[in-house]
Amino acid sequence: MLDKTGIALPEQVLSRFPKKEFLAKAKAIIECYQDIPCNPCQTSCPFGAILIGDDINVQPKLIVEKCTGCGICVTSCPGLAIMLAKTEVDKAVFKIPYELLPVPKKNEVWRAVNRAGEVIGDALIDSVQSIPKQDKTYLVTVKTDLNLLYDFITIRSKDHE
Amino acid sequence: MMTEKELIIIGGGPAGLCAANSAAESGVKVLILERSPRLGGQLIKQTHKFFGSEKTYAKTRGFDIAKLLIDDVLNLSDNIEILCDATVVGLYPNHEITVYQKGIYQKYKAKSIIVATGASEKFLAFENNDLPGIYGAGAVQTLMNLYGVIPGQSIVMVGSGNIGLIVSYQLIQAGVKVKALVEAAPKIGGYLVHASKLRRLGVPIYTSTTIKRAIGKESVEQVETISLNEKWEMVPGTEQIIDVDAICISVGLSPLHQLLSMANVEMKYVNELGGMVPIVTEEHETSYKNLFVAGDVIGIEEASSAIIEGYLVGLIASKRLGKSHPNYETLIQAYHDQLTNLRSGPFGAKTRIGLAKLRGENHA
Amino acid sequence: MRIEKHPILTFEEKKILHFTFNHQSMTGFEGDTIQSALHANGIKKLSESIEHHRPRGFYCAIGNCASCDMTVNNQPNVRTCITMLEEGMVVLSQKGKGVL
Repeated sequence: MLDKTGIALPEQVLSRFPKKEFLAKAKAIIECYQDIPCNPCQTSCPFGAILIGDDINVQPKLIVEKCTGCGICVTSCPGLAIMLAKTEVDKAVFKIPYELLPVPKKNEVWRAVNRAGEVIGDALIDSVQSIPKQDKTYLVTVKTDLNLLYDFITIRSKDHE
Repeated sequence: MMTEKELIIIGGGPAGLCAANSAAESGVKVLILERSPRLGGQLIKQTHKFFGSEKTYAKTRGFDIAKLLIDDVLNLSDNIEILCDATVVGLYPNHEITVYQKGIYQKYKAKSIIVATGASEKFLAFENNDLPGIYGAGAVQTLMNLYGVIPGQSIVMVGSGNIGLIVSYQLIQAGVKVKALVEAAPKIGGYLVHASKLRRLGVPIYTSTTIKRAIGKESVEQVETISLNEKWEMVPGTEQIIDVDAICISVGLSPLHQLLSMANVEMKYVNELGGMVPIVTEEHETSYKNLFVAGDVIGIEEASSAIIEGYLVGLIASKRLGKSHPNYETLIQAYHDQLTNLRSGPFGAKTRIGLAKLRGENHA
Repeated sequence: MRIEKHPILTFEEKKILHFTFNHQSMTGFEGDTIQSALHANGIKKLSESIEHHRPRGFYCAIGNCASCDMTVNNQPNVRTCITMLEEGMVVLSQKGKGVL
């Protein structure tokens, strides 16, 4: 499926989410499902929470306990394959990488989009961060309904429909 | 008039630049010949962050890597001379080179030569494939990312290798609508993270699908796609017509071997390496002594590999000229290890098989 | 067809250059190739094929495929994808093999 359409299967996605009790704090969801020669997630993590090893072809593993939810890996992954997820009472909070125009602004409401590119609800823009180290990959914090936790992947401007 | 040089490097892309760097650091006088107006090869139009490891500038954007590599070379200007707009039109077995630059032909003779000509994009046979508005994916990258011009308003990408996937994403960044990506094989060829990135932006990816024909008078107006069965035959009735004003072809690269063939270097066709490649020793030396090769000209890979091969071959060629880099042994080992690491995963299989075929013949 | 805003790249304002394409006045920027300047002016058909006179555009943009050959300042077979635009250039679609 994934290798025909580019859409990860629900069980693949679930396998990258830590148990619910960990999600009270933001954790990295690493959607790298293929052995490719790449390791910036590992080398960028200041807490040693992402493990690849010496063979850079190995898929990264998250050590959940060590992940502080800092988001450095999110803008370091060349494949834009990492986001952060956290749960609040009835909301899911994500930090996603974003490299398109227009750049979202705080408090705007954008579309929440799933891995197939379909609109699945609203996404409230909570903050937008761009520091030089991110090298023009914006780190966007968005809030959606909690039931979108495993489906949400990115945002789309309402003007882009 | 013949100008004599110690080492001439043909090609100023990643492999050529890194080879020049190693050689200059070894104390060799280098001349780089580059046919385009500027150094950097295809790196200068890569806007995405690179994969690989820190040693090959992972997570740095391609055009920034180009800047780093070019700066390194410019800092060694005592030992490195650069000619741009200089097309090598002749390479001869006696290490002579004919260069065409702005209407003038010049001859050079070098003690050693490194050919780092890179690769060119393959083409695809289909009806009306010569219509204006049909471009190589790399050409579209050049147009967009170097000159800031978009190829059209809406496009279909043919081919799902990394270049096809990456350029599709870059087209979206430039404001172009990517209406579909078609792939003749049953599976996506490039990194799936790139494919997922496109899919979530709403780009449909059709595997087992190819382009049947382009439609248009003076330039592309529509494209007709068609599904393929397990035997790669077109399935009648599955045609789909999509309105586009551009089509992008990304069906792989083949090594730019023509100069080597001209010099009568021993060549071999190795499918896994992308086509005709020179038969080389472990030291990247061709059947002519002191004629070395580095980068895509000896097999299509990522730029990361070209960078390391460049450094490596620059060291080897210099040592042959009697000028060993002070850290020769350590560096050679490190570069070999890095290449092995880059090629050890599933995506390195093609290169591993290709090189084995190439060397198997060589040793026979 | 110029990109005005880009999330990663910045295109600085550059000096305007004047040239003609098939006797029609056009402008491009310093730093353009002949081909990128033509494309920015919406010109996709550059020349015609030698035998069947089919329209020709550019394909490779690295000076390799010869699809973009045109006559520039009276010189035929110029690879317009790697030749920089200059002020006052006279660019013509090429019909046939070109005469020196």
